[in-house]
Amino acid sequence: MSVVVNHLTYAYSEGGKPLPPTLIDLNFTIEEGEFLGIIGHTGSGKSTFVKHLNGLIASEKGVVTVDGHDLSEKSERKIVRSLVGMVFQYPEYQLFAETVYDDVAFGPKNMKCDEAEIKKRVVRAMELVGLDVDRFSSRSPFELSGGERRRAAIAGVLAMEPKYLVLDEPMAGLDPKGREEILALLERLRRENGCTIIMISHSMDDIARHATKVLVLEKGSVYLFDKPEIVFSHAEELMSIGLSVPNVTKICIEMNRRGVPIPKTICTENAFLNWFKEGRKHA
Amino acid sequence: MRDITLGQFVAGNSVIHKLDPRSKIGMMILYIVMTFLVKRIYFFAIPLAYLIIELILSGISLRYILNALKPIRILLILMFVLNLVFTKGENVWLDLGFWQITGEAVLQSCFMTLRIILLVAGASMLTLTTSPLALTDGLERLLSPLKVFRFPAHELAMMMTIALRFIPTLMDESDKIRSAQMARGADFESGNVFRRVKSMIPILIPLFVSSFRKADELAIAMESRCYHGGEGRTRLHQLRFRLPDLIAILVTLLFVASLIVVLVLF
Ligand SMILES: Nc1ncnc2c1ncn2[C@@H]1O[C@H](COP(=O)(O)OP(=O)(O)O)[C@@H](O)[C@H]1O
Ligand SMILES: [Mg+2]
Repeated sequence: MSVVVNHLTYAYSEGGKPLPPTLIDLNFTIEEGEFLGIIGHTGSGKSTFVKHLNGLIASEKGVVTVDGHDLSEKSERKIVRSLVGMVFQYPEYQLFAETVYDDVAFGPKNMKCDEAEIKKRVVRAMELVGLDVDRFSSRSPFELSGGERRRAAIAGVLAMEPKYLVLDEPMAGLDPKGREEILALLERLRRENGCTIIMISHSMDDIARHATKVLVLEKGSVYLFDKPEIVFSHAEELMSIGLSVPNVTKICIEMNRRGVPIPKTICTENAFLNWFKEGRKHA
Repeated sequence: MRDITLGQFVAGNSVIHKLDPRSKIGMMILYIVMTFLVKRIYFFAIPLAYLIIELILSGISLRYILNALKPIRILLILMFVLNLVFTKGENVWLDLGFWQITGEAVLQSCFMTLRIILLVAGASMLTLTTSPLALTDGLERLLSPLKVFRFPAHELAMMMTIALRFIPTLMDESDKIRSAQMARGADFESGNVFRRVKSMIPILIPLFVSSFRKADELAIAMESRCYHGGEGRTRLHQLRFRLPDLIAILVTLLFVASLIVVLVLF
């Protein structure tokens, strides 16, 4: 099963009149178990696209299906919302309950889980994000630190046990440690729970390291959709549309310029190290 | 949610746009007085003519005025019907047995409805041609003589400015929080009134929290730029009373005077 996007075009409207389209004829498939990184300039339509994935907005033109459920059908949206978890930008701003426990339990409660199941899910979600259940359950979400609040909010989405987890710039405004924690959590979710991750990020390094597929949006169209090493080997094109490339790629470009031939597809520290070791073996 | 426009301002470069906000506020007060002085329906011709001249001079399309009337259409209909039912008269136009529609009632209904329409249209002319900032500025200056009675004119104007500034931000924010809670399975549409009000809590609490945070941040930002109240504060945009202002006020007074003459004579 997978997410299939077929000829998706979307235009916002203002005062009843449609604006120029934000998304133009998107076509691709997100396979199960994948880690899709979405990159693109601000305003390229990344957030607009991910909102389609659980029917928060729906277009008349084009079809999005999640595991075969067509999102243009209103009756299917409820099913899809329990399949697709959505972590918006600055998710900590949606915290509202008196205690962390109640806030994390909001999703499962809406899914009409019974009391025991809710408890099980809350405990599991809090453990996943690394919030100690005994210490944090009864605290107010508003007295946590920034990073803890972000993790509590993410736990609120994880408690719904989504098969697909969509995150819109989940690391924005976090310190390096907080960023690493979120990335480690996503890796763990994918490895252990087989969760499909779809993440918007401006950090090319993080995308290169973790993503298995990269979608580049430019002015609402698909600019590139491929494995990270292929996408980032198009460094010049990416820079021409105002995007950056991973630091390792920058080093590789500079090495090539100075006469050290190195494959264009190397974009992570690990790949770089492997290439280096190979070279030493042959030397 | 997005379509709520409070005192929507249409930028422009017309004579009306360029008038001092103080004169425009004064003109509107005179205009309101006019509509209340009118005793017979055909005398509305005078404020109506005034409004039409203002509309033409401002270059604002009639559509905006109609848009301003849209939210009160239910109220207008209700007013019309109530007046039709409760006004007593002799001159029966239509006899339904249990209920008679009299000529007086129809006239009274039209009269009341027209008055409300003219009032709202006139008030929206002010907000359509005056930016919210200019409006609060003008209000502050007009109210500042009351400072001798310790009336907080500056604080009031500043509060209004800030409130107006944050309406779109809060709209945006509530949209976002709503989406986030819907993604967590919140349902805002079904159930009885009590349930629906309760379902708003997950939106309202984050909205309050973020409003307080924004207020805090704004206060710090203002203080770090040396804001310390209205005392001794100078302005980037000085309000100036010029010749067009004088003419506009005189013309308005002329309209009021002619209405009074008409009222006395007929
Ligand atoms: N609610 C909305 N109404 C109208 N236009 C919008 C709305 N949300 C976003 N847009 C427009 O759609 C475009 C894409 O926005 P968005 O999807 O947020 O981009 P990104 O997340 O890639 O920065 C922008 O030009 C933005 O102005
Ligand atoms: Mg965005």
